Amino acid sequence: MTRGSTLFEKVWNAHVVKRFDGDRDLIFVDRHILQETTCAPAFAGLERAGRPVAHPELTLATQDHIVSTEPDRTEASNPEGLELMRLMRANAQAHGIRHYGIEDTRQGIVHVIGPELGAALPGTVLACGDSHTSTVGGLGALGIGVGTSEVEHVLATQTLLLQRPKTMRIRFEGGKAPGVSAKDLILAAIGRFGIAAGRSHAIEYAGPAIRALGIEERLTVCNMSIELGARLGLIAPDDTTLAYLAGRPFAPSGADWELAAAEWRALASAADAVFERDLAIDCAPIAPQVTWGTTQEDVIGVDQRIPDPATLADPERRRRSAAALRYMGLAPGDAIEGLRVDVVFVGSCTNGRLSDLEAAAAIARGRKVKADVRAVVVPGSASVKRAAEAKGLDRVFREAGFEWRSPGCSMCVSINQDVVPPGARCLATTNRNFEGRQGPGSRTHLASPAMAAAAAVNGAIVDVRKLAS
Amino acid sequence: MRAPLARVTGVAAPLPLTNVNTDAIIPSVYLRSESSDLARGLFARWRFDETGAERPEFVLNRPPFRRAAILLAGENFGCGSSREAAVWALQRFGIKCVVAPSFADIFYENAFRNGMLAAIADQAELAALIAAVEAAPEDAQVDIDLEKGLIVRGNALRMGFSVPAFRREALMRGDDEIASTLRHAKDIAAHAAADRARRGWLYRAIAPEGKSE
Repeated sequence: MTRGSTLFEKVWNAHVVKRFDGDRDLIFVDRHILQETTCAPAFAGLERAGRPVAHPELTLATQDHIVSTEPDRTEASNPEGLELMRLMRANAQAHGIRHYGIEDTRQGIVHVIGPELGAALPGTVLACGDSHTSTVGGLGALGIGVGTSEVEHVLATQTLLLQRPKTMRIRFEGGKAPGVSAKDLILAAIGRFGIAAGRSHAIEYAGPAIRALGIEERLTVCNMSIELGARLGLIAPDDTTLAYLAGRPFAPSGADWELAAAEWRALASAADAVFERDLAIDCAPIAPQVTWGTTQEDVIGVDQRIPDPATLADPERRRRSAAALRYMGLAPGDAIEGLRVDVVFVGSCTNGRLSDLEAAAAIARGRKVKADVRAVVVPGSASVKRAAEAKGLDRVFREAGFEWRSPGCSMCVSINQDVVPPGARCLATTNRNFEGRQGPGSRTHLASPAMAAAAAVNGAIVDVRKLAS
Repeated sequence: MRAPLARVTGVAAPLPLTNVNTDAIIPSVYLRSESSDLARGLFARWRFDETGAERPEFVLNRPPFRRAAILLAGENFGCGSSREAAVWALQRFGIKCVVAPSFADIFYENAFRNGMLAAIADQAELAALIAAVEAAPEDAQVDIDLEKGLIVRGNALRMGFSVPAFRREALMRGDDEIASTLRHAKDIAAHAAADRARRGWLYRAIAPEGKSE
């Protein structure tokens, strides 16, 4: 008897145009989203070869990476970014691609607007020139992060030639404790399994703790698949997914909705499906997480102490750990709680959605950002910004002393002007704590939105559970 | 068509660090413009200090590695961001091949799509090559033969490396992958038509004329 298929296999196999040797498949792409910093050479390549865009109607473009996040910005607010912003606009226009520039009500971070517009749908393949494209896996879509050559390949052919990944499942057992967020679950999993665990795999996140998450939280979990080394990460669609998608601008409606919903309900992995790698993590003991080093696996609970490299057996790991501590200005055995911060950043494709801002605002409400701390909130999209303002969150943040800015990637990638000064310590709700990621010499600690707000009002990293009550 | 790559001969520079990420390979400040000096940007934070002066201890600032054509790297090379500029920066500097025990998925794809060889080598053999090059930098010339799948240094050191057959052949022919895929245009069109018949809702949902946006 043959085993049932996994969610990933169902989606992937439905998109195979042709199989090639070497376990490669030519995969049809249902939706392609472009951002301004990884596609200009792709359009130039098309032009050189005299190739048209195969399916402009399946393509969306926005601007997020290099745009200014000033409250009253124009394109000119970031003069250094003008070239790439104008190229994106001109290329989209020349090829008949929908384009959501900074003046548009739909503008935002690619991985935030994909779900909120309903451009990402369960069972579809979505490509984007950004490594966090797996975010849309939270809806049961196969989000494939690609480089610029592959962007050009999708533009020219609406397909990707890909090595078929192996299957992997991570079951999140038990329930998460109060005060613990989806960000903490995925950071804990990265800490447990390591930043290369998912290499060459498509990860399905499953288990009761995942099922209990709202869609925005599931997007956060899938977002950090690349931080586990995986290009693909996804969660089976269910009633929560359907409720989220109903009525979205690019979601099917009327009779089409019923057709789509029936298909989506059949996507979940079969009970007897087999994964090439099957892992589990118990969620009950997970505390709010904070990274201490310069990779995402360098992570501990806020109640823990920074590990001593001397205790590591492997010399290369010892070297790496010691170098990370040097870069971060920390000593083994230090408590992570109580560490003073200079900057707090709430935003990004990981944690820039409405529920993230609500979690941060719940802590900020009625409190004040400590003097000498720069606290910044950047909504993930224009739509998130409007929704937050309708709930008065902007006022909560401003009254507490946070900056309330315009949507974009901002201090997560620091290609625009939003940088952390050299040597400064930043608690960020983002996904990468690499050396210099937020600017030369910047020191990044990754954590959840609530933990970020707590650090801002406390002036130092603190267990948010002490403030929440 | 790209220039075919069959053989790389040149200085091999050791950088045996694990998890070298693409932010380290090319910092985001070099992604702000199409005209950025990517050769200068390669490993910029490790190569140059805050004033822009070279850090003499960094491997690519030391002779003979300043003119390296091959990088001998550690596990999980190229993790992090999908930025293809990581490959372009290595190439502009003069690197044609990276040898490592393992590569991050997106970097690995990006390398081959730009005609760069990402060669996967046995960890112990690579460690021996790195030790040999570090011990005698004046003798850092290495020859990599794609056809034979061999890495050779002088008379003393020979080791294999792995690269999938289709990737090796594509590199050696200098394939334009888009042109190769477009040879299957009929299959793509057939798939699209069948899918449109099966899942019409998916196409109607995003059709410009279909819905008010």
